[in-house]
Amino acid sequence: MAPPQATPPQAAPPLPLLTMSGITKSFPGVRALDGVDLEVQAGEVHCLLGQNGAGKSTLIKVLAGVHQPDGGEITWQGGAVTLKSPIAAMRLGIATIYQELDLVEGLSVAENIFLGHEPTTAGFVVRGKQARTCATALLKRLGHSEIDSGSLVGSLSAAQQQIVSMARALSHDVRLIVMDEPSAALDPDEVDNLFRIVAGLTADGVAVVYISHRLEEIRRIGDRVTVLKDGRAVAVGLPAKSTPTRDVVALMTGRDVEYVFPGRPAGDPQTAEPVLRVEGLTREGEFAALDLDIRPGEIVGLAGLVGSGRSEVLETIYGARKPTAGRVLVDGRPLRPGSVRAAVRAGIGLAPEERKAQGLLMLESVTRNVSVSTLSRFSRGGWLDRTAEREAAQAATRELSLRPDNPDARIRTLSGGNQQKAVLARWLLRGCRVLLLDEPTRGVDVGARAELYAVIRRLADEGLAVLLVSSEVPEVLGLADRVLVLREGRVVHTAPARELDEHRVLDLVMEGSPTP
Amino acid sequence: MTQPVSPTRKQQDGPVVTTTRTPAGQGAWRALGLRLDVRNLSLLGVLAVLVAVGGFTKPEQFLDSSNLQLVLTQASVIGVVTVGMTFVITSGGIDLSVGAIVALASVWATTLATQEYGFAGILFTAVVVGLACGLVNGLLIAYGGMVPFIATLAMLASARGLALQITDGKTQIVTVESVLDLGIPDSYVLGIPPLVLVFAVVTVVGWLLLNRTTFGRRTVAVGGNAEAARLAGIDVRRQRLYLYLLSGLCCGIAAFLLVVLSGSGQNTNGNLYELDAIAAAIIGGTLLSGGRGTIVGSVLGVLVFTTITNIFALNNLQSDVQQIAKGAIIVAAVLVQRRTARDGET
Repeated sequence: MAPPQATPPQAAPPLPLLTMSGITKSFPGVRALDGVDLEVQAGEVHCLLGQNGAGKSTLIKVLAGVHQPDGGEITWQGGAVTLKSPIAAMRLGIATIYQELDLVEGLSVAENIFLGHEPTTAGFVVRGKQARTCATALLKRLGHSEIDSGSLVGSLSAAQQQIVSMARALSHDVRLIVMDEPSAALDPDEVDNLFRIVAGLTADGVAVVYISHRLEEIRRIGDRVTVLKDGRAVAVGLPAKSTPTRDVVALMTGRDVEYVFPGRPAGDPQTAEPVLRVEGLTREGEFAALDLDIRPGEIVGLAGLVGSGRSEVLETIYGARKPTAGRVLVDGRPLRPGSVRAAVRAGIGLAPEERKAQGLLMLESVTRNVSVSTLSRFSRGGWLDRTAEREAAQAATRELSLRPDNPDARIRTLSGGNQQKAVLARWLLRGCRVLLLDEPTRGVDVGARAELYAVIRRLADEGLAVLLVSSEVPEVLGLADRVLVLREGRVVHTAPARELDEHRVLDLVMEGSPTP
Repeated sequence: MTQPVSPTRKQQDGPVVTTTRTPAGQGAWRALGLRLDVRNLSLLGVLAVLVAVGGFTKPEQFLDSSNLQLVLTQASVIGVVTVGMTFVITSGGIDLSVGAIVALASVWATTLATQEYGFAGILFTAVVVGLACGLVNGLLIAYGGMVPFIATLAMLASARGLALQITDGKTQIVTVESVLDLGIPDSYVLGIPPLVLVFAVVTVVGWLLLNRTTFGRRTVAVGGNAEAARLAGIDVRRQRLYLYLLSGLCCGIAAFLLVVLSGSGQNTNGNLYELDAIAAAIIGGTLLSGGRGTIVGSVLGVLVFTTITNIFALNNLQSDVQQIAKGAIIVAAVLVQRRTARDGET
């Protein structure tokens, strides 16, 4: 691997603050980090870029001591270190501000800031007044003196909570702050303030690792950029301000592993009547006025960033969320809004985004996971015919080539791709007509994806209508027949997948306007 | 791997066996539909040790058939409650009100007015009161969005209060002969007291319900992952309602058994049954977090606790020592369970 190495903007400083080299980390079924390098200088804003699933989150969790790497070295101020725990990382001066804020809502601002390292008398009596004074000073330094250090964190806005989180990071003797998409929940004014804070920190010699999807932010405050893709660093330390957007996007999207997408059918699905019709579907604050038709045999893709409303759209169609306006029709018949059971009865199936949390019964066998939506078919008066159940589940999983071919295997022992197949088999067994797929290849090994793509296409060829959500643009483009680009809850572009390319879609989801 | 189970081997690599249960190794048991779990075996072991201790310390009294009948009869009341509790816990819930429901059902079933209607009146009242309390619990939890702990805690307080109000603190003596007859040795079938037969029937029905029906499967699914169950199209709320109804029904049956056993109804009946039932289910191997439940384990748990009580009583040891022994057993069982739970992650 020969990453394009660029000269740092300043005259080369003597020693990097942090060097991570060859970091590897695997989870069951997935290789999340496959030899990542990162080098951060004191006083710089180092941006970390990459698509979803590229390994950014895993990397910062390694840096925060949450995950232990399987291999690779971490050097801190010239000396090798191991980050055994979050506390170990914190002691070195590494603080992390996560996207999902990790504050205790029932405690006050000051108590949150000093949680775990309260100023004390005699080692255990908390000096509350001193904590509040220090907290107020920290908040002032962050330009938010309007936050009362005595008020409960639960009563603050998301932006204010983020400031508290940042104050907590600064309450330690911090040398490096990792910020995971800090601007995602902020409006433009607050983003400006955030940038002032970042500038102030770097002026004090603190290093910032900044993660964002918004390229224009990286241009504004970044010094250098490291790009991750498929668990590898494909570019280390590019100059943030002068590298052309085109190059950055190319680095994010170019792939070592070629995805193999199944061919699209020759026939024209446009002639059939749509199975699924969505009319003006709206959920206040999430997405608005969504219209959609899917015909049997058609795969429609929804592309968009995290937070653009993609998953919410799927869950609303499925009845797991109640729409504020609009309706969903299957075969021309409207569904009762906000009822999963109505959707399932009408023949809709969902493979949810969080497979383990929303899709699977992790303690149970493959059979029981597959049959859970079809139990009444195998029962007479509530009495289960377990042989029929097992055989039907096995037939469904065999059709999807689920491995191992053992219906009694515990679902948790399966790889991500095979777990996903079990979810698909559930709906195949049920005989559903509309399949909603939310990030179907998340947590699935790159190698196993092609097989999953083939399965999805085959299901469509057999007459299913498929709605696919993915933050991986190539996946949407390669698999879908038609693509809807979603930005901030609105469809900004609709086109046949053939007429779009990855750069165009990335431009659309990131900038919101088509490039000329 | 031809023999079904061997305690020593299980002890060593029990969790591994649980994860990779091979059809070949357990063919015989599978045919019977009985999969004896590691924990069931260890509980059977504990029970065997207890019986040995009892037989060794008080050979004549402990192994006497009337004593064994007594142990089983005592186990019946709490055992029926525990079967219902096992379902609730398997679904990820908890029912703290079981003892209070038993008390309320037993006193309502033994008022003078109820006794007018004889055997059927007493049985009917006990069951209906149990079901009604379960219905209130279920509605509050499933449709009122209350946390099970709080809803059933409230039921505990109210049902006990109502029981006190009905009795005014007095013991209500049962005068219906046909009810009292069920408690005397003349009514024993092949030496088995009718109460124990009821317990056996409840156990078998409970086992079938949990392991062989859609109801049981849905219970496990709701407890294992309520969100996944909902997204799979299961009516999670209705299932929860049914589960608390079931627990209430079990309490009603247990109240009837208690009325037979004691020949009376008292507002102090069923005191701390909730703790005994939860403890028995947990040491039996039902996960407190839900998603896994075993009726066989729960029944073994009940038998272990009842046997300990009996042996301690025969040896004139005070109840404080009993309580300490119970506590130690709970701790040991939960430590084993933690291992299994960790094994269950990822």
